[in-house]
Amino acid sequence: MKQLWSFIRKESRHILRDKRTLAVLFVMPLAQILIFGYVISTEIKDARIGVLDNAGDYSSRQVIDRLVSSGYFMVQDYYSNSRQMENALRRGDIQMAVVFSPDFGSDMERPDGTSVQFIADASDANTARMLVNYAEGIVAGYELQSTEVLNQQNTPLIVEARMFYNPSLRGVLMSVPGIMAMILILVSAMMTSISITREKEYGSMEVLLISPLQPWQIILGKVAPYVILSLVNAITILAVGIFVFHVPMSGSYLLLTFVSLLYILLSLSLGIFISTVAPNQMVAMFISLFALMLPTILLSGFIYPIENMPVWLQWFSYIMPPRYYISALKDVMFKGAGLLVVWKEVLVMTGFLVAFLLLSIRNFKVRLE
Amino acid sequence: MRILFALLQKEFIQIKRNKTILRLIIVLPVVQLLILVNAATLEMNNLQIAVYDNDDSALSSRLVSELDASPFFRMSASPPNVESGISQIEEGTVDFLLVITDGFEKDALAGNTSRVQLLANAINSQQAQLGFAYLQQVAHRSMKNFAVEMQGIVPESKISTTSAFWYNPELNYKFFMVPGILVVLVSVVGMFLTSMNLVREKEMGTIEQMNVTPVRKSTFIVAKLLPFLIIGLFELGLGLIIGKLIYDVPIEGSLWLIFGIGTLYLIGLLGLGLLLSTFSSSQQQVTFVSYFFLLVFILMSGIFTSVDNMPEWGQKVNLINPFFYFIDVMRSILLKGAGLADLWRQVGGILFLAVTLVTLAVFNYRKAS
Amino acid sequence: MEASSYVINVKDLVKKFGDFTANDRLTFHVKRGEIFGFLGANGAGKTTAIKILCGLSVPTSGFVEVSGYNVKTQSEKVKSSIGYMSQKFSLYDDLTVFENIRLFGTIYGLSSGEIKERSADMLSRLGIEEQRNRLIGTLSLGWKQKLAFSVAVLHRPKIVFLDEPTSGVDPITRRQFWELIYQAADEGITVFVTTHYMDEAEYCNRVTIMVDGRISALDTPSGLKSQMKCDSMNDVFLKLTRPN
Repeated sequence: MKQLWSFIRKESRHILRDKRTLAVLFVMPLAQILIFGYVISTEIKDARIGVLDNAGDYSSRQVIDRLVSSGYFMVQDYYSNSRQMENALRRGDIQMAVVFSPDFGSDMERPDGTSVQFIADASDANTARMLVNYAEGIVAGYELQSTEVLNQQNTPLIVEARMFYNPSLRGVLMSVPGIMAMILILVSAMMTSISITREKEYGSMEVLLISPLQPWQIILGKVAPYVILSLVNAITILAVGIFVFHVPMSGSYLLLTFVSLLYILLSLSLGIFISTVAPNQMVAMFISLFALMLPTILLSGFIYPIENMPVWLQWFSYIMPPRYYISALKDVMFKGAGLLVVWKEVLVMTGFLVAFLLLSIRNFKVRLE
Repeated sequence: MRILFALLQKEFIQIKRNKTILRLIIVLPVVQLLILVNAATLEMNNLQIAVYDNDDSALSSRLVSELDASPFFRMSASPPNVESGISQIEEGTVDFLLVITDGFEKDALAGNTSRVQLLANAINSQQAQLGFAYLQQVAHRSMKNFAVEMQGIVPESKISTTSAFWYNPELNYKFFMVPGILVVLVSVVGMFLTSMNLVREKEMGTIEQMNVTPVRKSTFIVAKLLPFLIIGLFELGLGLIIGKLIYDVPIEGSLWLIFGIGTLYLIGLLGLGLLLSTFSSSQQQVTFVSYFFLLVFILMSGIFTSVDNMPEWGQKVNLINPFFYFIDVMRSILLKGAGLADLWRQVGGILFLAVTLVTLAVFNYRKAS
Repeated sequence: MEASSYVINVKDLVKKFGDFTANDRLTFHVKRGEIFGFLGANGAGKTTAIKILCGLSVPTSGFVEVSGYNVKTQSEKVKSSIGYMSQKFSLYDDLTVFENIRLFGTIYGLSSGEIKERSADMLSRLGIEEQRNRLIGTLSLGWKQKLAFSVAVLHRPKIVFLDEPTSGVDPITRRQFWELIYQAADEGITVFVTTHYMDEAEYCNRVTIMVDGRISALDTPSGLKSQMKCDSMNDVFLKLTRPN
């Protein structure tokens, strides 16, 4: 036990000595959550539209005003012919064009009404769909209002909405937990996998293995300092989430810490596992960065909700550990849930942790024989 | 020239011998392209909705059956009372709860305003908003139809909207994800291999051996970049083939243009990898630093979320983000058939970055300290 | 003696890293064809000095001339006339013996004919012709060192710099290694070697002993021994580093 302790101290000193890497490890996650918290947003804001107003009358200007004052759109340019509009769309100057027919205003009085066309650049299909949806909604609202003025009737139906957990409908509630989960798993897995394979690559692992330390003690000694480091990172990230992005925190801090610690251990053990299959640092990094980064972003559901994905892919997302952490985070922080609610997530994460450790031990033994 | 050839020969032999990496750089991108592209949809359907219908009238059943018929919502079993409906939201088993109170139909028949209440889990604010808007649409339609049948009123429509989705009329989100993910994969492979390669030589001490030889700095750097440029272009081609065969992504523009701009882009990115490696002394350091840049570049590039949704400063940062330019270039050429004349801004940005980064890397790479 | 018979001229060489002075006003000359030893404990500044001579590091001040070129202004010219072997073994592990020879041969401007001829000659001299296509990484450290040396002199440089070439290898390999050094010296190559093995100092024509970044003695081994009234270089070294 004393040996283990002194080994851990040696490892910690080793990490503390490399100031540059240490700085990177602390500053990087902080910078990332700050950047991503502001930047990752699927909420439409100031989308660039171009107007081909063949009518140029009061009503068409009213519609444009409505679009702009909604906050979703801003007019990038006005065009006088369709050639200009086509070029602007192809160059990507605008995301959507609004086209009014020459008799837009006067046609409103005719029985079959008038029409406006939205032409969206669907090379970004997701955004195009949203832009057209919003624009149609705004025009419908304008139509409804101009009708009401004419026949002074009661609105027949009111749908009252109550938005749970997020009454002001802020997008960060969706993105921030996901960003936390992503940053933590990537950094933790990378740190451990690389530091252990480094030891392997330079042959110092052999030296350690013939020492009186047990293999598990060696691994523990290597990982223990990183547990502390990752915990500090987790705390910074959570603090930024709560105090900078004002993500609600209605649950227990104890449970939040417990869940986060479990997730960190899980991530570190994933790193250990990677190190047992990677022959050198290059491969370790390749796996922990390349194989983890995109799947973590895409399959844990923080940008693209899992429910929208094809079913087979939803099944795939079950093997993504961040999914469970994100879900637990949301429950604890937004809904104030207790252990009784998040036990499933806790159980699954423990399962991952145990599985990674068992697999690592097996690989480790195979290598020794 | 002979020296360059000898150095290139050395690099290629080394790459060829590193079987694990070789396999990974072929397999990982292919697998990720095959799987991850499918995840990127914001198109919402099958949202879970539960209805508590206390009115149980002809009108309310009409509303419920219209909801049931829409692809947007999927109906869950009706809760016995409002409280249990709310707890279903809390558990996360349903996303929406629609409460229709007693007297809903009576109000409608009497010409009064009738009300329904929608309770939503708004953690995903966008989903909640869209669900609300969609429900409003469905509810208004049922009311209208109901009014037509009961009272024979034909409501007039004044403004009709038409919409067109250019370049991707089916709104296939895979068309815009394939180029995006492909750029990420190509970039990660290229930048990672370059930055690791040089630092590895530093760690092994072989770089010193090179530095005492009369090899010219420029020759050495070209020999370091060229192999990875070739690998990057190979991956680009491989990815385009997969995109065409599996996802049927249109290739409207010129492939020559894609590979031309791609070469310029990769040179810049590899230059960045080289620059980072000149700053770092260990593989661990360079891993963390390149991971930081890669993740920031990727998430800010507009690959997942539209750049226009970002705050002003984020859009400014993108001016030095090579991913931002090249993803835009790829999408524009593939889907819109854009030519060089449409893309001068992006190409200008890429050219500027490539020149700057390579110059900095060459300048910062010293044979002597 | 006229200046041109010296292949290395160093005058008042100073190298500082921040506040730390690694080399403090070194002045020495190395004659053509001699085996010049650079002795000192770890951290005495040997590696710093050798790196400056090879153009791997830039001196803070002072004059350094190697084979007639100023290392500050003509470092690339210096490089084509020297060979270097560092204390860290540095041929490419993932290339074969021949691939390493071919690579460095080409870099130093040998034709492919010359490379073939010299590598065959070299491998037969070392007695490892059959290892030609083995990966360097699979060889023992001793063989790696001997190969690294042979590659460093493959292009027949005027001077070869060896930075602790024998650290970590067994005594037999060390002897064999010194035989290679003598062979090179016989062919007219000047050898500049750093070491912390005192017995190796006896093999040199002249030795410099460095203590804390300064040169504290410079003479032939026998000269030093009689000067300090010692029986072995080891005692000389101890006397210089621990005067009391």
